[in-house]
Amino acid sequence: MNYPSVHLAAEPSLDAFGTDNGWVIALKALLVFVFLVVFTLFNIWFERRVVARMQHRIGPNVNGPFGLLQSLADGVKLALKEDIIPKSADKVVYVVAPALSVIPAFIAWAVIPLGPVVTIPFTDIRTPLQLTDLPVGVLYILAVTSIGVYGIVLAGWSSGSTYALLGSLRSSAQVISYEVAMGLSFVTVFMYAGTMSMSGIVEAQAQNVWFILPLLPSFVIYAISMVGETNRAPFDLAEAEGELVGGFHTEYSSLKFALFFLAEYINLVTVSALAATLFLGGWRAPYPLSLWDGANEGYWPVLWFVGKCLAFIFFFIWLRGTLPRMRYDQFMKLGWKVLIPVSLVWIFGVSIVRVIQNEGGVDQQTLLIIAGVIVALLLASAFIPEKKPADEPAEPAGDFDAFAGGYPVPPMPGQRLPDPVVTVPADASQDQPRSDARDLDAPTNEEQSRG
Amino acid sequence: MDLDLYVPILAIGVLGAAFAFFSLAASWLSGPRRYNRARLDSYECGIEPTPQPIGGGRFQVKYFITAMLFIVFDIEIIFLYPFAVAFDSLGWFGLIEMGLFILTLVAAFAYVWRRGGLEWD
Amino acid sequence: MSETPATERAADLRAVTVGIGDGAAGFGHERGGGVDLATQDMVLNIGPQHPATHGVLRLRLTLDGERIVTCEPIVGYMHRGVEKLFEVRDYRQIIVLANRHDWLSAFGNELGVVMAVERMLGMEVPVRAIWIRTLLAELNRVLNHLMFMGSYPIELGAITPIFYAFRERETIQQVMEEVSGGRMHYMFNRVGGLKEDLPAGWLGRTSAAVAAVRSRLPQIEDLVFGNEIFRARTVGVGVLSPELIHAYGVSGPIARASGVDLDLRRDDPYLAYQELLDDGVLRIVTRSAGDCFARFDVLLEQVKVSLDVADACLTRLHELPQGPVNVRLPKILKAPEGSTYAWTENPLGINGYYLVSRGEKTPWRLKLRTASFNNISVLPQLLEGRVVADMVAILGSMFFVVGDVDK
Repeated sequence: MNYPSVHLAAEPSLDAFGTDNGWVIALKALLVFVFLVVFTLFNIWFERRVVARMQHRIGPNVNGPFGLLQSLADGVKLALKEDIIPKSADKVVYVVAPALSVIPAFIAWAVIPLGPVVTIPFTDIRTPLQLTDLPVGVLYILAVTSIGVYGIVLAGWSSGSTYALLGSLRSSAQVISYEVAMGLSFVTVFMYAGTMSMSGIVEAQAQNVWFILPLLPSFVIYAISMVGETNRAPFDLAEAEGELVGGFHTEYSSLKFALFFLAEYINLVTVSALAATLFLGGWRAPYPLSLWDGANEGYWPVLWFVGKCLAFIFFFIWLRGTLPRMRYDQFMKLGWKVLIPVSLVWIFGVSIVRVIQNEGGVDQQTLLIIAGVIVALLLASAFIPEKKPADEPAEPAGDFDAFAGGYPVPPMPGQRLPDPVVTVPADASQDQPRSDARDLDAPTNEEQSRG
Repeated sequence: MDLDLYVPILAIGVLGAAFAFFSLAASWLSGPRRYNRARLDSYECGIEPTPQPIGGGRFQVKYFITAMLFIVFDIEIIFLYPFAVAFDSLGWFGLIEMGLFILTLVAAFAYVWRRGGLEWD
Repeated sequence: MSETPATERAADLRAVTVGIGDGAAGFGHERGGGVDLATQDMVLNIGPQHPATHGVLRLRLTLDGERIVTCEPIVGYMHRGVEKLFEVRDYRQIIVLANRHDWLSAFGNELGVVMAVERMLGMEVPVRAIWIRTLLAELNRVLNHLMFMGSYPIELGAITPIFYAFRERETIQQVMEEVSGGRMHYMFNRVGGLKEDLPAGWLGRTSAAVAAVRSRLPQIEDLVFGNEIFRARTVGVGVLSPELIHAYGVSGPIARASGVDLDLRRDDPYLAYQELLDDGVLRIVTRSAGDCFARFDVLLEQVKVSLDVADACLTRLHELPQGPVNVRLPKILKAPEGSTYAWTENPLGINGYYLVSRGEKTPWRLKLRTASFNNISVLPQLLEGRVVADMVAILGSMFFVVGDVDK
């Protein structure tokens, strides 16, 4: 067999990475860490203020200017709460689970590009505003965030509580389902960018257009699945307080609870950052600003990047303020029966168009025929009926027993009260004194109750 | 293989872990500790918890089909990614190869769908 | 999914349930697949302290996965023995007790008691008092319904509508507070009339409040009713058949949502309702679907109708000449020997008081029939065979107040 020679499209160089010396790495890691913690505190405040405004409220405004220190105060308060480990908990797993949830959330940020190559102030060391980059950057993020699910599952399982267990099961099923749709939405981006490295994708958008324009369906699919992936409203089934109280973290208190909270908000920022990087040009300045030459140099891009993330976070908050929660089966249906098939069709469509653009060799007519066949197939598939389990034959209603459940109940639809046993002669009842009639009635009732 | 690229991951991993375990320890040390039997029970809406069988018991998890489907599709994604990255240099050959691969999986997907595997209750 | 197959499947599941060993009895059931692969039903307690129950109602659910196999409402955590307390209070004091069991329709509760006593005494209530009572009863109905219109979306995960509903509640509560001094427990009814006459200028302020609420009602409507997720969660969920309604004595908006056209304001008119009905102001809202959405829809329509009725009462009160609003009572109020049953259409359904008097200053027996108790009894029929997520949707749509259940 003679395969066509496969040579990867000019692999964008990762030369800028992996050259930092020890203290630069440590400094950058520390800065990313601090950025995440501070940004989380800010986001919690931001969410509360925005939701409050949507609900005719003011929101936190007491601690610090505009109430900005509210989240910090809450954190301190949580630290001073009693650390409870329930009797029925599996102690080791119960304690480790929050860490297992929060560590991957931090690690995922290792490959997020915050800006271009800059000079560290007061030195002449030049380094990219990105901790590191990998040839498989996006895959790395997917892999690391999946580990966070372990934290949730183990927390629910080890709590020894029914609510927590159900919540964690829901959560894990939800996250893995939407991970498929999320993963599929990236494929077209990789086709256009020719790389999986985060900095490479930003670079590719600099030369082209932002991928949101040619790949709008991918972006929409990603935007939906990122909400599912982070367990946020309207997909917050795992924490449905009306059903499962607190979901997987019902039994957690003190800083352990705070760690879950932190992980949730970091994940929120992570998916927002991923969206900004893959579809909105990463740290590059948006259009009117990009006319200014200095917009994409130095430390300015960090501002654009944080702004894009905040836009997504606002979108998350807006959803939460507006929408009710979906039911589990509806939610799964959306993921498996809408997002995944649409993704597959879209990927196929994009790849055909792109091959034709690249290779040529197909005339208009053939193209139309192919498109027609695909549309026909899609239409045909819409008419395939789903196999429904046949309705089981209705059970004939049994004899009615008013005391079957231990206390008297009325007859159900389809059931009939048994005819009262008449012990009084019809003609005698008229002349019968009232008290006698009652005596005669009594055994009838007893007979009924014995059923 | 340039392992230097992975060192920073280790760095932030260590930082994250240090923070997490510091918090776990801190919550153990900073909070009050007053014994209360009811507080150590698991939450059951304010009543004595229903006795659970030792080892957690075994109950119906309806999500296992989801988990299996997930594995199928995750493998698909793993194969799609390199294909997508190298797409421009593979040309028609890659498209047809990948089309056949996706078609196989779509057949399985359609089968599951039709058999009601995607009906959750 | 239609209602019947689901419940039948649940019944089938129960049929194949086999207990293994003595331990199985305490832990639910084990079924199928031999001892090694047997799975257990999980017992899930919703309540007594649970975010979905708005109080201390407890539902003991047996789950198979997320599907409810059995449901047992356990009531009585808030039982106060109010019927027994009635027997050692005189007729003036009873009103205080009676307005507390359903704390969202306090005015309607007071009304039933005073109507029963007035009927026993053969007392004629001044016409002005009748119209004020009607007005306040309808405003109370609006307050009650707005509460549920805000809390029900919360069950479904929408956190915003309750703030809209509470803004409207606040508007009306202000005028209620001005007239009675209370925000929940008005205590404005007296045997033979009302506590006192209306404050000066109150009618105008109430008209403004009613107009304000009416003008802002579409905001709640747009926020909730047009939402696809809300519809998907409620349409066709928890369908209550008229047969079940008759079997369990369900009443009020829930019954009317299933097409059971019973409203005491029309069917056994009290206060000024006959006249309002003849004028065409009072319309009885019914729906035929009987699902959660229909129940919620009835609430919204009833709010609109009640606002119209309130407006009509206000116009009437403007026209009425000044006059007494109550009757002078003797120092010791004794109902003559006999019995009567006074029932009213409370916001949540039929609220009845069966008063038996032996001619003393306290009732010999005062039986309380509350709407919520009957409305809750039907829950097992609705919940078995549904999933947990539907449980909150159905539970929330049964519009109950726990105090009204437990009495």
